Amino acid sequence: MGLKSLFSKPVGVIGMGSFGTAVANILAEKSDVLLYGRTAEKVSEIQASRISSNQKLNDRITLTTDIEEVANKCDIIFPVVPSANFRDMIKTLSPYLRPYHILIHGTKGLDISIKESNKVTRLNPLSRDHVKTMSEVIVEESSVVRVGCLAGPNLAKEIADKKPAATVVASHFDEVINVGQRLLRNDRFLIYGSNDLVGIELCGVLKNIIAIGAGAIAGLGLGENAKSLLISRGIVEMVQIGQTLGGNAQAFLGLAGIGDLVATCSTNLSRNYTVGHRLAQGETIDQIIESMEEVAEGVKTVDIINELAKTYKVRCPITESLYKVIHQEMSMDEANTFLMKFPFRAEIDFLEG
Amino acid sequence: MSRRGNNKKIKYSEVVPSMQEWPIVQLAKNRKEFIEDVAETSLENVLQRSRGRSLREELEMTVYREKLRIKGNPWKVDPEDDRAFWKTIQHRLAESQSLEKEEADKIEQDLLKEIVMRYANEIAGNFKKSSYRFARSFVTVGFARLLNAARVGGLRSIFSRQLDLDDKIHILGYPEHIRNLAKKGTVVMVPTHFSNLDSILIGWVIQFLGLPPFIYGAGLNLFNIRLFAYFMNSLGAYKVDRRKKNPVYLEALKTYSTEALRKGCHSLFFPGGTRSRSGMIEKALKLGLLSTTIEAQRINYQKDGEKATKIFIVPVVINYHFTLEAPSLINNYLKIKGQERYYVENDEYSTSYKIATFLLKFFTKGSNISVAIGKGMDVLGNYVDDEGNSLDTNGNIIDPKDYFITDGEVTVDHQREHEYVRILGKRIVEEYHIHNRVFASHLVAFLAFKIVQKKNDKLDLYNLLRLPEEDLELDYEEFKEAFKKLRKKIFKLNKKGKVGVAEHLTRKADDAILHGIKNVGMYHARRPLVKKGKDKIQIQDMNTLYYYHNRMEGYGLEKFI
Repeated sequence: MGLKSLFSKPVGVIGMGSFGTAVANILAEKSDVLLYGRTAEKVSEIQASRISSNQKLNDRITLTTDIEEVANKCDIIFPVVPSANFRDMIKTLSPYLRPYHILIHGTKGLDISIKESNKVTRLNPLSRDHVKTMSEVIVEESSVVRVGCLAGPNLAKEIADKKPAATVVASHFDEVINVGQRLLRNDRFLIYGSNDLVGIELCGVLKNIIAIGAGAIAGLGLGENAKSLLISRGIVEMVQIGQTLGGNAQAFLGLAGIGDLVATCSTNLSRNYTVGHRLAQGETIDQIIESMEEVAEGVKTVDIINELAKTYKVRCPITESLYKVIHQEMSMDEANTFLMKFPFRAEIDFLEG
Repeated sequence: MSRRGNNKKIKYSEVVPSMQEWPIVQLAKNRKEFIEDVAETSLENVLQRSRGRSLREELEMTVYREKLRIKGNPWKVDPEDDRAFWKTIQHRLAESQSLEKEEADKIEQDLLKEIVMRYANEIAGNFKKSSYRFARSFVTVGFARLLNAARVGGLRSIFSRQLDLDDKIHILGYPEHIRNLAKKGTVVMVPTHFSNLDSILIGWVIQFLGLPPFIYGAGLNLFNIRLFAYFMNSLGAYKVDRRKKNPVYLEALKTYSTEALRKGCHSLFFPGGTRSRSGMIEKALKLGLLSTTIEAQRINYQKDGEKATKIFIVPVVINYHFTLEAPSLINNYLKIKGQERYYVENDEYSTSYKIATFLLKFFTKGSNISVAIGKGMDVLGNYVDDEGNSLDTNGNIIDPKDYFITDGEVTVDHQREHEYVRILGKRIVEEYHIHNRVFASHLVAFLAFKIVQKKNDKLDLYNLLRLPEEDLELDYEEFKEAFKKLRKKIFKLNKKGKVGVAEHLTRKADDAILHGIKNVGMYHARRPLVKKGKDKIQIQDMNTLYYYHNRMEGYGLEKFI
């Protein structure tokens, strides 16, 4: 294969965070890559050092601060930016996007947009109408329909260290899955395909909540038994709220669900895990966020899912208690006691019906 | 509500004045070659898209199903040699089995060719210019005459021109837009479907708007009735036989539609497939024929590049207070849904006589109809402007060709197009909800049903439908209060452009309610709702009430009752 590209055009990556950089490096093994960063200084700094988020950049990666250039030069684009900036980024990109573009995102968060005509009130609580997955944001804001997502246990640092891993590319379109596989697959990176786009997106989103919980358990020094309890309760919670929001149970039992959950709950390489850990040691959420380099998506996700769970009357005890801890309505110890007393009826009850 | 003496009626000119230039006329002229083309292409498609079955298996399956149909469900319209034809095919297929592979393959292909040819011939329409003219003037002039006789002043006014069908039928939405699109490309109209009358009604709308005739797939069962058969044939119908569900037939049918679209024939699809049995606006559309719009558009781009003709999808919502078939449709629906044994009444459309008497009633008594012409869309559901340009959500012009492009080239990807059909179907349903027009009759039915449901919230649907009469009496004042509240919500939705509102709904609450009660299912033997004395409303027929109430489902209104 050597330096020959799969497609005649370079592949675009938007976002120079640790995962964006990791994705760009994987892609660069097979294609020319155009990597976009928002801030000019940061881009020129990286251009000089060829190091982004502690990862050395592959020579086939070209940097740019011109988003129009990305759309014009690339048919296939991987947006990997925090969910809070995602909609704005797509809005800026949208005028240059055409229906031939394929977008595969790697953002594990949710978007909230409340329009004037659909305000959240007591009678109209926060619902799926207000909360969108990233693929839904892309479709809403642009003419692109061929969208997909990346999700799975992909700790950026391990990928950068060239350790083996696998990921799921999900899309309604077989074409998008194929493109994702051909571009990303190599002898230490496996790619699975799935047609349950929303389900796979929700896996990545919801596991962040449980990861905060796992970090907290470690922070409290409660041990591995407790963590395993949390993980298995966590997957039940993920399935239940995930199904309500439009995913299928199968997705959560696969690589993007359990797989990613186990990885993020076991390591301090995960930002969300770190948040939980530090919360348990008594820091406030503001202190933690301020000192972190990159966004921990789980914090925002806890708020959103907590509201949605109320709207759809799904009990999510882990999310509920984390919400209270984050908003200082409960201490971490109280949360622990609350969870230990919670009347979980059946162990697994999502496989029937 | 009549506009007597008001002569400011809109008259639309013919979009394409010369009949010779109508694609459908061209098609009729070259009917034989067209059928051969269709047969040829469906043959290729069947051979190419084998579903994991050998051709022999496919043929055996087809013969088996066809013989089953002939035995189990024969119709008057079936050709006389039906049995003989399939018997011969079966025989020849069996005989060829012992031959060398090469020879056997050849015979299999020949048989397939004969079958698709037969199907293509069966499906093909029989458009005739002369009878089109007659049928057209019959529909317009004839009905107008009846209308005048009944409404203006006895039989003498049968030649009066005071009232026309357009007094009876209100055309709303974007009629000029569809006329523009018909000049720029090929238009596919997709109306909601509640009654068998819809096709005649749409036929009238099409000619009233000055559009050239549209071809459309009409159920073969309708050709059993002579009166219908005549109109259908002359108005550009091709035949869809719902009994035939074998892949070869479906391929021939789709190919017919695709090729006709490619030839520029404006088409009419009822994407609900069949009449809505529950009275609900279609939620899930039958995507089969809809997929032909996407396929035809892609082939246009493949073959004609930049000069490719565009295909425009125009959703149309038909509204009336009354569906003739409501009682049997809803019974049918409930029967399918199960639990109770419902006996099925006769189909109201079983004889020409019944239809004629219905039409007379329909066109001579009150009950208005509205037909809302939606905004045109491309085959992916993007709105198009008057020039036919596709617009993305931000109003920028996009080229639908790009949807079919991979790495710079138009490519064929059936899975992708399957997804596109799903997207288009979803968009059409959204448009239906926007253009649905709330009639007072729908609203009173919805409200009455929901009030009963709320009072008996422990009962399931089937027990609800069996409530005794004394539980079906509603207090008028209570009803009125609830009606006002609900109406406010509807006006709000209307302001947001989420639904249309009939003029009569804006009257004083008492009047609007009365209008609604009077009109909801007005020709049924048992009217679903009547006013009882001064302070009560009585529900007389829960089944039909349920049917009419369904029309307002899907807007999330129940939480406001």
